[in-house]
Amino acid sequence: MAIVDVRGLSKTFRVADKQPGLGGTLRHFVQRRHRLVPAVQDINISIEAGEIVGFLGPNGAGKTTTLKMLTGLIHPSAGSVRVAGHEPFRRQADFLRQITLVMGQKQQLIWDLPPLDSLRVHAAVYGIDTAESKRRITELADMLELDEELTRPVRKLSLGQRMKAELMAALLHQPAVLFLDEPTLGLDVNAQVRVRSFLADYNRRTGATVLLTSHYMGDITALCERVLLIHQGRLFYDGSLEGLTDRLAPCRQVRLELRHALPAQMFESYGSLESQNGNEVRLLIERDQLTRQVGRLLADFDVCDLEVNDPPVEEIIGQLFRQRDAT
Amino acid sequence: MNTKLRRGLRLVRVLLSSQYAYMLEYRAEIALWALSGVLPFIMLGLWSGASGADASNATAELTPLGLDPIALARYFLAVFIVRQFTLVWVIYTFEEDHLQGRLSGYLLQPLAPVWRYVSAHIAEQATRLPFVIALAALFFLLYPAAFWLPSPAALLLAVLAMQLAFALRFLIQFALTTVCFWSERASALERLLFIPYLYLSGLIAPLHLYPEPVRRLALWTPFPYMIAIPAQLLAGEEVDVVASFAVVGCWIAILLPLTLFLWRRGLRKYGAMGA
Repeated sequence: MAIVDVRGLSKTFRVADKQPGLGGTLRHFVQRRHRLVPAVQDINISIEAGEIVGFLGPNGAGKTTTLKMLTGLIHPSAGSVRVAGHEPFRRQADFLRQITLVMGQKQQLIWDLPPLDSLRVHAAVYGIDTAESKRRITELADMLELDEELTRPVRKLSLGQRMKAELMAALLHQPAVLFLDEPTLGLDVNAQVRVRSFLADYNRRTGATVLLTSHYMGDITALCERVLLIHQGRLFYDGSLEGLTDRLAPCRQVRLELRHALPAQMFESYGSLESQNGNEVRLLIERDQLTRQVGRLLADFDVCDLEVNDPPVEEIIGQLFRQRDAT
Repeated sequence: MNTKLRRGLRLVRVLLSSQYAYMLEYRAEIALWALSGVLPFIMLGLWSGASGADASNATAELTPLGLDPIALARYFLAVFIVRQFTLVWVIYTFEEDHLQGRLSGYLLQPLAPVWRYVSAHIAEQATRLPFVIALAALFFLLYPAAFWLPSPAALLLAVLAMQLAFALRFLIQFALTTVCFWSERASALERLLFIPYLYLSGLIAPLHLYPEPVRRLALWTPFPYMIAIPAQLLAGEEVDVVASFAVVGCWIAILLPLTLFLWRRGLRKYGAMGA
């Protein structure tokens, strides 16, 4: 049975509509106008226990609104949601013990106290006994490479250290479902890599389910086999990351480094020429032709080096969102 | 002791100790807040001046206004103490947590957010305690004739009345706080309540100085039970204890379900902004 089961989920917000300028302000004061903004429309999602799923979409696409409904923070306007066998918006204690939501730009730790104080409070709130909470804190601190930072006031920690401490607090109760909203936002490359490997490790160790939104494609490619794409509140792709690449990028890029420069027309029968710069030639070759054409290239030319690449995922997804905007 | 009770007690201990540690980080600010609560001493000065009373003089007799200068001094010191332990600011913290998105984090944990705010208030009261003792000592140095020690029974009743006063103020403010779910600035409503609080609570004058119909009307509102009644008990004045506690009980019985109802309705409206 799916651990996250969403059927026909929609959310419409009523927002005040105010025109700029003094006239607009006065009209807004006398007679407020509101309009209905559909943030999420008729979404269906089913996630099995242990999956790590990437949730992608441009700003304002409805990702965070969906996460808020899945965690029970806001009520859906229509549709049904079940997470870990519960209706999230009922906010039953048993449900809350099984989930966590990490928001990259928000902090839950007590700002003026060391993370250990917040962790003590978390342990007490979730009813984890002292010995067990100490064991978990040590384990998580090892995994996240945190040590004396845990006894320093949160305000004195770097962004990366703070994010890691936030993750510790969010995972101390060993939730079965993790909702992560931009967990690596603002972190440097090294810290991003550490957080990613920690999440992968945590998923392996505990079998937790992860639904992750991120603007860093590195997070998605490193962690998620499956992605959900959302645009203007509608889900329009639910499948493997690889399938997305196959569907949207039917060609692969082959880079050749030749011993001698050759005229461009000599490569026409192998694929479409993307660029040529002296000895370096870049060709786009259809996937089903790749093996045959690469064999031909190696046989026909004096090749010093050859490289086969997929176009970057962000480029593919960016292209997809641009196409959706155009329609 | 069963596991549930043990966990509950541990939660209370951990919440209070972490909030106390947090408040200690702001001890200088809290000392200033305590010092800024000297309005009762100003009122004492005004009433003493207006009626020609002199509390520093042990032989002072009743003033032309019929005020006992020593009782007046004790009353306003008791008002100062009661105020220090019944201050409620949940509406401002909640409003900020709501706007900044911190409330979402609290709502995702299996502990009703209200308990965090209650524990923060109690921790703050504990932080204020040394400043209150110091200011009371200073007061007795200036007005030695007003020195008194309440009897254990009076002290017990006064402490109970202060706890009820805190509960009453907290419930009223928390009911107003739930307006945050509909309007971003609920604290404006709290300012509206400040006027009846100021006039009817006994903060600016002892209740017996009010005209009888006003005094009687005031006793049906929750305001005198927030300051005047606990202060009178602390100062050793005569109070109809049973009637007072019964009125407070009635108000709590009205406010508690109302606040719970508003909270539940508000949560349905919650938009998790800033989160």
